Amino acid sequence: MDILGNLAFGFSVAFSLQNLAYCFGGVLLGTLIGVLPGIGPLVAIGMLFPLTFTLPPVAALIMLAGIYYGAQYGGSTTSILVNLPGETASAVTCLDGYQMARQGRAGPALAVAAIASFFAGCVGTLLIALAGPPLAEWALLFGAAEYFSLMLMALMASAVLASGDIVKGICMVVVGLLLGLVGADVNSGTPRYTFGVLELFDGIGFTVIVVGLFAVTEVVSNLESKDLREVFTRKIVGLMPTKKDIKDSSWPAVRGTAIGSVFGVLPGTGPALSSFVSYMVEKKIAKDPSRFGKGAIEGVAAPEAANNAAAQANFIPMLTLGIPSSAVMALMMGAMMIQGITPGPQVMTQNPDLFWGLIASMWIGNLLLVVLNLPLVGIWVSLLRVPYRWLFPSIIMFCCIGNYSVNNSPVDVYLCALVGVLGYVLVKLECEPAPLILGYVLGPLMEEYLRRAMLLSRGDPSVFFTRPLSLAFVIGTVLILAVMVAPAARRKSEGG
Amino acid sequence: MKIGLLGSKDFLAGLVFVLIGVLAVAVGRDYPVGTAMRMGPGYFPTVLGGILVLLGAWVMARGLRSGERVQGDWGWKPLAFIALAFVLFGLLMPRFGLVPALAAAVLASALGGREFRSKEALVLALVMSVLTAMLLLYVLKMPYPLIAGW
Repeated sequence: MDILGNLAFGFSVAFSLQNLAYCFGGVLLGTLIGVLPGIGPLVAIGMLFPLTFTLPPVAALIMLAGIYYGAQYGGSTTSILVNLPGETASAVTCLDGYQMARQGRAGPALAVAAIASFFAGCVGTLLIALAGPPLAEWALLFGAAEYFSLMLMALMASAVLASGDIVKGICMVVVGLLLGLVGADVNSGTPRYTFGVLELFDGIGFTVIVVGLFAVTEVVSNLESKDLREVFTRKIVGLMPTKKDIKDSSWPAVRGTAIGSVFGVLPGTGPALSSFVSYMVEKKIAKDPSRFGKGAIEGVAAPEAANNAAAQANFIPMLTLGIPSSAVMALMMGAMMIQGITPGPQVMTQNPDLFWGLIASMWIGNLLLVVLNLPLVGIWVSLLRVPYRWLFPSIIMFCCIGNYSVNNSPVDVYLCALVGVLGYVLVKLECEPAPLILGYVLGPLMEEYLRRAMLLSRGDPSVFFTRPLSLAFVIGTVLILAVMVAPAARRKSEGG
Repeated sequence: MKIGLLGSKDFLAGLVFVLIGVLAVAVGRDYPVGTAMRMGPGYFPTVLGGILVLLGAWVMARGLRSGERVQGDWGWKPLAFIALAFVLFGLLMPRFGLVPALAAAVLASALGGREFRSKEALVLALVMSVLTAMLLLYVLKMPYPLIAGW
């Protein structure tokens, strides 16, 4: 089957009434939650995750993907209107978007953000369709050693790029790996780290980790500090951008898309880094860089395009190699595994409806975002006025029932509280939670691949260096570390 | 000096990692390690625990040197109340059903907020628990009792 045939097949899956409804529901719910202050895509997916368990796999993933970019989009809306990014990916949009809103140009800012995102989404979708099949074919050549090295590289990249401290990032990865090992060992059946708790034999639930680590931590962090929310109450008039706006923002959107697509594929880099990089690029090449930060429309178009392109490109390594490149993708991977699908190159051949249906639904979802959200901006703004003291107890309540509903067991709810406490302490000590999630998802897989590789090589660890592809990944890992460690070391020696 | 250490973010972070690593290795001693060729269930976790102890110790040492402090205040009060909300929910849900458990979770977490307005919180708990219970039961068709015994 060629690309067009595949896409047509995908659309036939995505356009079924049921899947369309789930896509719509996901986008709407995602935006709704993403608009709420302090809730990014991760928390949104974590909270709504249990809702999808009962759905068929295709519908579940379509809905989760919808929640993902819905929440992302909701985050940029709040960045523009209230200078409050729902998550780091839209933090850059605040710089110029909020200034535009203050100048009474909130409408065009929102419209340009939506259009740039949509454009990037289209390109991203096409990119997955084009790059997916050859990558998956390539990945079929991977043996256990290659997978182990690739995962090592992905984890290292996530630890290094997670902003902040590398050593702490690696520690978080290791903690995640250990958390992933809890439960009965696949080979021997030995229960590990279960402390006699029967419910732990199947491992610590995915929802438990995500909700505890992100939702609880986020809420507590918000409560510890003073609320500094200035809701932009002026009425939004005139959504449509002028001709000049369109002209000024079209090239930045294209460049942003390109940057986002490249960064999105790399392991460990989420949308946050690409939106930041694209903003810097625009500022560098602008004729008049001083306009940036004062309401330059390029400063909205480029990062918005970049973060959406990256959000789409993120799916490529996850769907084709089974390697999550960001915490959100780790979540999506977890969702697939719960549905009984092993993420990896075989997804495309064994579940073509899922692969192509998901891709097609991404495009539909992006279209829905534009069609749906521009008219609904008024409603989103009014949501922002809901006081936080009403919001957070409701969030916690949803987290409780969400955890309970997975296994109908209170143990998951207690565990979630425990993970929440641990997560809060770690975040407070400036340890990034994202690498932990990646480690948690990859933990059991890594152990399995390590075992297999070592069994095949009769216990000789040189297998990771003698197989060329594996060696390439190992070198990649070392390079990533070296690139990040070198500047820090130089700074240190210069500083004395 | 002791208080100084407890305020150092890297020292504390390293300490947490070392503790987790030690726990992983100590508990993992009960599992057969096997050989590099045939790894037992204890092999990978023991290696990971060891790495964590080493890296954690490094972070601790760095914290001793730099002494950078934890930013802002600790939110122990909201953390405690939110943990309480989860525990209450877990206790009430199997015994009394959805509405009481949900309402308790809302109330307990509301107590952790910066300002607690009792009337408002009660109304919020009532409205949210009933609405959510309806949603779960009638829209998502989940098999839980609204209030146990009804």
